[in-house]
Amino acid sequence: MDTLLSLLKNNARLSVEELAAMTGMTAEETAAKIQEYEENGKIKGYRAVLGDDFSDTNSVTAFIEVKITPKADFGFDELAKKIMSFEEVDSVTLMAGSFDLAVTLSGTNYKEVALFVARRLSTLDGVISTSTHFVLKRYKDSGFVIDGESEDERSLVAP
Amino acid sequence: MIDYDKLIADKCREMKPSGIRKFFDLANAREGIISLGVGEPDFQTPWSVRQAAITSLERGRTKYTANKGLSELLQEISKKTEAQLGLKYDPDSEIIVTVGGSEGIDVAIRALVNPGDEVLVVEPCFVCYSPIVSLCGGVPVPVPTRAEDNFKLTPALLKERITSKTKLLILPFPNNPTGAVMTREDLEAIAEILDGTDILILSDEIYSSLTYGSEHVSIAQIGNMQERTILVNGFSKAYSMTGWRLGYIAAPAPLAKQMLKIHQYAIMCSPTMSQYAAVEALRSCDRDIEKMRAEYDQRRRWLVHALNRIGLDCFEPKGAFYVFPSIKSTGLSSEEFCETLLDKYSVAVVPGNAFGATGEGFIRISYAYSLKHIQTAVERIEKFASEIKKG
Repeated sequence: MDTLLSLLKNNARLSVEELAAMTGMTAEETAAKIQEYEENGKIKGYRAVLGDDFSDTNSVTAFIEVKITPKADFGFDELAKKIMSFEEVDSVTLMAGSFDLAVTLSGTNYKEVALFVARRLSTLDGVISTSTHFVLKRYKDSGFVIDGESEDERSLVAP
Repeated sequence: MIDYDKLIADKCREMKPSGIRKFFDLANAREGIISLGVGEPDFQTPWSVRQAAITSLERGRTKYTANKGLSELLQEISKKTEAQLGLKYDPDSEIIVTVGGSEGIDVAIRALVNPGDEVLVVEPCFVCYSPIVSLCGGVPVPVPTRAEDNFKLTPALLKERITSKTKLLILPFPNNPTGAVMTREDLEAIAEILDGTDILILSDEIYSSLTYGSEHVSIAQIGNMQERTILVNGFSKAYSMTGWRLGYIAAPAPLAKQMLKIHQYAIMCSPTMSQYAAVEALRSCDRDIEKMRAEYDQRRRWLVHALNRIGLDCFEPKGAFYVFPSIKSTGLSSEEFCETLLDKYSVAVVPGNAFGATGEGFIRISYAYSLKHIQTAVERIEKFASEIKKG
């Protein structure tokens, strides 16, 4: 990954000027490069990584293992596309291992998620089985420590 | 009542506490300080290194090693030195594993300095050289480096200070606190002066793996300088292993033999589990070093840019993890600047004069912190700087 992308991946709020200083490019080159990445899809978007808000009782995240039958000509893609078109779904990933698709989704409560799986996901043609796991707590997400940041134990000033 | 002061050895009593110590006490007395004041990496020691130490404990390897160090480690150090610098050191007679680079410095100075000997100390520099020289009865002779020379040692300033009593030149590059490095050409000019003299070199290369844009060059690589050089290095900065207390000296056998006596009587041997950990570090952590260096480099670039933007002139440091901006435009002394910054904005940086008189007018800022942390601190420094400008 080039330096510009890895910097943005960790902190998309760095200004063009800062990014230019850190990569050694000019500000113009940096801006052009970012635009190029946005246009060719190397950069899909920018978002904030939120901490857990336990006071928000109207939110639940589930991780669903989905086994499917690949279709001739389309493989896993067609079914994956169908699943990702549901608005509730956050991510769809093709996996190697004991299941095929890893699906994460968020809902306002357990029942809503359960109903989504039962009525919409399981009933899709080609889905053999699903196994739903609910997220209790995140410790680290997208490279950010969500809970359990360790303190700097170094002294304040040292030679 | 015992008058302890009277009983203390004169040379110890006369030893001044480090200028950093005073600032450390000031900073520690306050709450909520954001510090850019440390001299050690923020990264964790690579996991495989920690695992190697755990394994050595599990296997019960908790006894003394040979005085000079574990033979596996001596061999790895020898290999690494040859691979990186192209210099051969015999693991049996020319390398000693020490308790940090610090012990290496201490042992080297004690092995060489007779009362009255002059030792050239390139300043600004790490705080330990002159006090140890004085303790041996030697005379520390500061050789200044200047901002206009990018804090490199210049042949002219060196030459002026050489006398018939000069025993040793202490050459600390990449430099703490300035971040300066010496290129091959710079070192060649120094070597030319020393060639044919009896002056030895103590080359403190503890930051050698942290250079940006060019590979580290050691004075021992230049001409026939290896025969007069004691090379000090260690694991603290390169592998983020400060607390493991492990370093090494590499030097011609007749010097190593003498230094080993001091090490043997004072220390016996370096910590065994740290030595096993260091073997793993040398064998398999090149990628970790590369990753850390890349991240330091990004922070360095960010910081130099930000400081110049807020009007604190800053030459581009090419090594270590410090920047050394000038605060002369503020009209304050280094200590006034740092104390006010601490008082009013709760940011700790180190006054440049803590590293020698030539550091006056500068401050040392460490970037061994996350970028986010550095950004917060610099925002506060910027407020301070703009307030000073307003008057």
